[in-house]
Amino acid sequence: MNGILKLAYKLLVNDKAKFTALLLGITFAVFLMMFITSMFIGVLNHASATVINIGASMWVMDPAVQTVANSVGMPDYVLDAVRSMQGVKYAVPLYSGGALVKLADGTYQSVTVVGLDDTSLFGRPELVEGKIEDIYAENGFLVVQDAEFSKLENPHIGSELELNDHRAVIVGIAKVASSGLYGSPTLYTTYERAVQYIPNPRYTISYVLVEPKSASDIPRIKQQVEALGYRARTKEEFMQKTADFFIYQTGGGTNILIMTVISFIVGLSISGQTFYTFILENLERFGALKAIGTKSRDLVGMILFQATFTAFTGYGLGVGLCVLLIWLARLRLPSYAAMVTYTNLALGFGMVAVIAGISSYVGIRRVLKIEPFDIFRG
Amino acid sequence: MPQVAIQAKGLEKWFGEGEAKTIALRDVELETYFGEMVYIVGPSGSGKTTLLSVLSGILKPNAGNVLVEGTDIWKLGADDLADFRLNKIGFVFQDFHLFPRLTTAENAAIPLILKKKDWDESIHEAINYLEIVGLKGRSELPPVKLSGGEQQRVAIARAMVSKPDILIMDEPTASLDGDTGNAILSFVHKNVLNANRCIVVVTHDNRIYEFASRILHMEDGRLTGTEKGAA
Repeated sequence: MNGILKLAYKLLVNDKAKFTALLLGITFAVFLMMFITSMFIGVLNHASATVINIGASMWVMDPAVQTVANSVGMPDYVLDAVRSMQGVKYAVPLYSGGALVKLADGTYQSVTVVGLDDTSLFGRPELVEGKIEDIYAENGFLVVQDAEFSKLENPHIGSELELNDHRAVIVGIAKVASSGLYGSPTLYTTYERAVQYIPNPRYTISYVLVEPKSASDIPRIKQQVEALGYRARTKEEFMQKTADFFIYQTGGGTNILIMTVISFIVGLSISGQTFYTFILENLERFGALKAIGTKSRDLVGMILFQATFTAFTGYGLGVGLCVLLIWLARLRLPSYAAMVTYTNLALGFGMVAVIAGISSYVGIRRVLKIEPFDIFRG
Repeated sequence: MPQVAIQAKGLEKWFGEGEAKTIALRDVELETYFGEMVYIVGPSGSGKTTLLSVLSGILKPNAGNVLVEGTDIWKLGADDLADFRLNKIGFVFQDFHLFPRLTTAENAAIPLILKKKDWDESIHEAINYLEIVGLKGRSELPPVKLSGGEQQRVAIARAMVSKPDILIMDEPTASLDGDTGNAILSFVHKNVLNANRCIVVVTHDNRIYEFASRILHMEDGRLTGTEKGAA
């Protein structure tokens, strides 16, 4: 390490009380911001669970659809029209809806039912137990083993459920990449069986899942679907659409923004104030360094290093604490809806960079203003 | 004939403007030489500290020149002036201005570190100078664990470590009791002053006059007289 920076480092960390206060301020602010945004991103991710789990490249839907959980039925001709469009490799229907399961004790449990295309079973989940072809067996259903699994009294292969007055037999236990947001267990069956078991309005296709021939065909498919009066969205666009709904139409985004601003203010006020006090206490000594012959740019470098070192150490600790808490939460709740992503990592990084920038700016102004002559005058 | 260390010509310095104008230096002319310990004495507010600051490249005069070994220091740019102070001048401040969170060795090594010398070498050299000033075995202690006299010795070690040609001491005994102040100046006179070094001391402590080669009297911003010191 450069000697001047080592000097700055020692001046900073040897003042243990202030260094600890600085670190605590930034760590707490980063933790607060990371944790809140992680929870929100986790919620958004779970809200798009069906999109993630099915994995289709493109989704055709009614223009009124806001989230994947609130589908609007489409007539069968949409499927036929999409299949005949230029650039479409294949297209299959998907059913997604809710139903009630009567449990052995007589109580009812709401479930999400996903109906897969009978021919291709496109979007089928990975099985932990059982064989996928058994889904074609009479009353065959797959159940997803996730955090909500126990709400169906931990069924096993051969378990029977009463679903909307129909008999349903569990023929496989599946696992999926992402659990749903609404706390209901998920069952998979064929499309035909799903629309047969669950009372539906006139139109039964929730979504048409499309695989384009190539990525360059996506814009053209979108245009053709739009001309039909419907919307085609890529997987990412559909997830973003779902996220936008929660961010902009539920107040969630505003709450997160408020909490992020609060954590920023908390971090800035604790760290900025402590750093400023640290600079003030050492002001005469910085003046002495100036008198001895330290160049202004070296002093600026020292202060920037101190602020940056503190900020990014606090950032690391804050992120670490957030990850630790999520990990601990997941020990009890495996599908705990919180995730650290590059987005909130970058947001936290940006926040500490601003805190470091403002703190060091204030410190640098004070240090550059001090005249070595003042040191002589005492 | 001893070589001139500092030559000041027609120094003028004032603060403020108009009615608030305070004249600190009035047409000051002086020469100091290598091998001598020059005291600048005078009552409070006479301009001693201002003169010291102007001579050491810290405070720019409104008029006049300061030549150190032939270089007009006030014609240097900001960076060159900082380099000049770092390389040519050692400072001993009235309140020591030691960093309380650094060890005495690290404090003493600061000028070498600022010169971008290797950290370990700087500390090693600083320890040597701490031994010279009589602080052997105290290098790992923080300054707060030292007495006032010992802290002043650390400040002297810090001023000497870069082997400056000129040592500037501002009220070096102000924070010390009489015996300690005397001992410090005696030490400086015996061990720091040599034929290649000039020491300029600002003081109003007449108990240490015995170590002066020359004593310059200041009053009201003017040098009013010179007397030969006892040393």
